[in-house]
Amino acid sequence: MPTFYGKEIASRLMLGTAQYPSPAILADAFRRSRAGIATVSVRREAGSDRAGQDFWSLIRELGVAVLPNTAGCYSVKEAVTTAHMARELFETNWIKLELIGNADTLQPDPFALVEAAKILTGDGFEVFPYCTEDLVLCEKLVEAGCQVLMPWGAPIGTGLGLNNIYGLRSLRAHFPDLPLVVDAGLGLPSQAAHAMELGLDAILLNTAVAKAGDPAAMAEAFAKAIEAGALAHEADPMEPRDMAAPSTPLIGKAMLD
Amino acid sequence: MRIEVNGDPVDVKGQTLTAILEELGHADARVATAVNEEFVPITLRDQTALNEGDRLEIVAPRQGG
Repeated sequence: MPTFYGKEIASRLMLGTAQYPSPAILADAFRRSRAGIATVSVRREAGSDRAGQDFWSLIRELGVAVLPNTAGCYSVKEAVTTAHMARELFETNWIKLELIGNADTLQPDPFALVEAAKILTGDGFEVFPYCTEDLVLCEKLVEAGCQVLMPWGAPIGTGLGLNNIYGLRSLRAHFPDLPLVVDAGLGLPSQAAHAMELGLDAILLNTAVAKAGDPAAMAEAFAKAIEAGALAHEADPMEPRDMAAPSTPLIGKAMLD
Repeated sequence: MRIEVNGDPVDVKGQTLTAILEELGHADARVATAVNEEFVPITLRDQTALNEGDRLEIVAPRQGG
């Protein structure tokens, strides 16, 4: 099971908490999938609505580790300030560092990401960077102090799956011991299974579960696919080959022709 | 004095961040704050005085991906 900054998590599935039809369905998705980490955010609160306070109670009842994000931040300063507010609110040094560089693709700004990761690591944060699968970027993030990498599968919310399988395989080969999490872009459990077969450590999902017709069932389906993919990776898959090779022995075949 | 709270103009009587949060109904709430885009931790709320026109952000836990 994956270990993030010294904390072992009993599940390879990390679930977002946004966009569910209701808090009850959100809780059901966590129960059925046994996800070990919930991602959360910080947003403005008016004294009259107690939305944040109610949400905090719900999260505590789930009994999972909490990973706050800096979603929607476009500058280093904004992301760093958001991280500090999140640390106080959620009482954790963990931060999913999301620093967006393009509004259409929501792809990370790699330059700002490295700069913010350095600052936050210096401030005592344990940074989970939402990044691309770019190897040089990932090396810089590790140099900045990140002990986990969260490359996207595809742009957030698209459900396109793994857009760069070579890139993910390459990352795994270059960082054999670093926890790698596919964060964003998955739509189907088969895509999550594929990522696990490539040897990645965990999957972070939100839209694929929350926007399914039956979110709790989809969360469970992902959990099963992730478990299957991880087991397959541990089982050391066969090498593919171009020519057919009979699986049934030829020796002992009756001569009937 | 008039300050900006989460983007909206608001008239407040209190001077310190602690007093203003209480006035706005956040006395016992789990919220975090920034004044003029700078994070202000809980431990500094008593000694942080706001001025006319200051921008106060008040945030709370919320759903996220």
